[in-house]
Amino acid sequence: MAKWTILAEGCKGCGLCVEACPKKILCLDSGTINHKGHTPARMMDESRCTGCGFCATMCPDCVITISR
Amino acid sequence: MAKTVLMKGNEALAEAAIQAGCRHYFGYPITPQTEIGAYLAKRMPEVGGVFLQAESEIAAIHMVYGASCAGKRAMTSSSSPGISLKSEGLSYLAGSDLPAFVVNVQRAGPGLGGIQPAQADYFQATRGGGHGDFRNIVLAPASVQEMASLTLRGFDLADRYNMTAMILTDGTIGQMMEQVTLESAEPTAFEKPWALTGTRCEREKHVITSLYLAPDELEQKNLSRFARYARVQRAETMVETYGMEDAEICLVAYGIAARVSKNAVAAARASGIRAGLIRPITLWPFPAEALANAAEHVRQFLSVELSMGQMIQDIELAIRCRRPVSLVSRVGGMIPTPEQVLLAIERVARGEAI
Amino acid sequence: MIVATRPHALTTAPTHYCPGCTHGIIHRLVAEAIDALGIEGRTIGIAPVGCSVLAYNYFNLDMTVAAHGRAPAVATGLKRANPESIVFAYQGDGDLASIGMAEAVHAAARNENITVIFVNNAIYGMTGGQMAPTSLPGQVTQTSPAGRDELLCGFPVKVCEMLAQLDGPEYIARVAANSVKNVLSAKKAIEKAFRNQVEGRGFSLVEVLSSCPTNWGMTPGDALGWMDSTMIPYYPLGVYKDRSAKEAD
Repeated sequence: MAKWTILAEGCKGCGLCVEACPKKILCLDSGTINHKGHTPARMMDESRCTGCGFCATMCPDCVITISR
Repeated sequence: MAKTVLMKGNEALAEAAIQAGCRHYFGYPITPQTEIGAYLAKRMPEVGGVFLQAESEIAAIHMVYGASCAGKRAMTSSSSPGISLKSEGLSYLAGSDLPAFVVNVQRAGPGLGGIQPAQADYFQATRGGGHGDFRNIVLAPASVQEMASLTLRGFDLADRYNMTAMILTDGTIGQMMEQVTLESAEPTAFEKPWALTGTRCEREKHVITSLYLAPDELEQKNLSRFARYARVQRAETMVETYGMEDAEICLVAYGIAARVSKNAVAAARASGIRAGLIRPITLWPFPAEALANAAEHVRQFLSVELSMGQMIQDIELAIRCRRPVSLVSRVGGMIPTPEQVLLAIERVARGEAI
Repeated sequence: MIVATRPHALTTAPTHYCPGCTHGIIHRLVAEAIDALGIEGRTIGIAPVGCSVLAYNYFNLDMTVAAHGRAPAVATGLKRANPESIVFAYQGDGDLASIGMAEAVHAAARNENITVIFVNNAIYGMTGGQMAPTSLPGQVTQTSPAGRDELLCGFPVKVCEMLAQLDGPEYIARVAANSVKNVLSAKKAIEKAFRNQVEGRGFSLVEVLSSCPTNWGMTPGDALGWMDSTMIPYYPLGVYKDRSAKEAD
């Protein structure tokens, strides 16, 4: 069981984490717009997150923190 | 202890740089300044310093930038075409408020020109020499002794005012041999709290940059830089006068032209003509006050230059064009003889045009 | 246990890079290498002219900005003046492979004990998408609107292949920031490039193929795909020179 957190205000909504996630449990949160005008990434099902870190590896903005 | 030796101007300058505590030289070969590099290539290893022949004049000046960022005294030397290449680095040094010591042993131009002495880089040196609003402190030695003493002074001025100090000399002064007394005093120590030495994870990081994207911030940077320049103008202007107490005809000349002019003034005075010489030792800041004062009693100024007339504009500005200023010059690597200058003095004394 | 988080050598300042630009990944890899080697307190970075001109805002390090292309010369001056410092230049393709080619080649030839991170995204990003020395044949840019014509503009410059020909440099490698696997290899290469300097081995350059979704006119995801399909075949990944590995043989 992994703990996945994002600094949503720093996310630019590029979606590279969404594409990198092997479990396909990340999405861009179209219902949220941060102060920079981006739709940040969101975890859809944390119970299925293995904490592989692929999303953070591909995140250009270093806004994802994962702990296990 | 001071010692007196016979040396070439370029070598005296190089040894003085060592005395000034400079341990980082970066340069690229070009005539007629080659003795500086050759001397320091031997000398730097003896004092545990760095001599590095760069791939270009451009690289050399940016290596100076790097060493200066580290808080160390660093220098480069070149001759006219090479200084054009260094002008990029001069602008970045100024924009980053970094001290540096740069030598231009001038040769005739433009373009490749020739390798004989000239003073045609006056505008380039005294107006900064690169893009943007900035100045360098420009020192003009007229003897081998001054090649050494102004080098010591140049390093101190650069560190005191966080700007480039440039020796503007020429192939004659650089190549001539004269007696020179070399001081062996400890170099002045300057605190450089801004240097890039690593944070040691103990302090805020230092950033050295010339980039300010906010115009109001960049304006403030320029204003504070020019306030510092004004302090340099007030405190660091250097000038020598000769026969000026009663002069009606005033020669203005620096470097090798000043030596020639001094002989001509002596000859003129021997024949009863009241001539004098003002020799700027700093070309920037220019000794405008000495000239303005002279304009009170001088009838005619003569600017003696190895150029088509560059310093003459600063003379006219300094005296607000209150008196006529004429040019006496040779160019292309030629040097005016004392006889040529004397002839000009005599014609002016007779009220003739030159 | 924390699996992934922001390295200490990176500041918390949000970058000005476009969404999906892999500069951010490369910044993180540099900071991670600095953290891993415990050299933050003595590392000095040099930002170039180009998109990463503001890199000094993003690292918790003493930093300066070099004139366009001159970062290896500035790094040389810094390192020679203070050999205890760990000095790295962070340069783009226009900076290193065009205007600063001489500085890069000669720093390599001297085996200057510095680290160069060379970000190749095959385009001038900061100025709005002009042809770079590394733009691919046929690549459409603002200044090659009909696609890069090799007869007219010459061929792309392969920096690693070229520098590896020199006797000087210690380590030359090309990596890419376009997939998890490639980013993990890039991390290793960048750390090695810094470790080499710590060990006094000399000039280490890592070319990192990077994306520019904005000026390529692609989504961030498609840009990474284009790197796979088009860029990497032209710029093969791998270690081009590694003196320490050769010594170990």
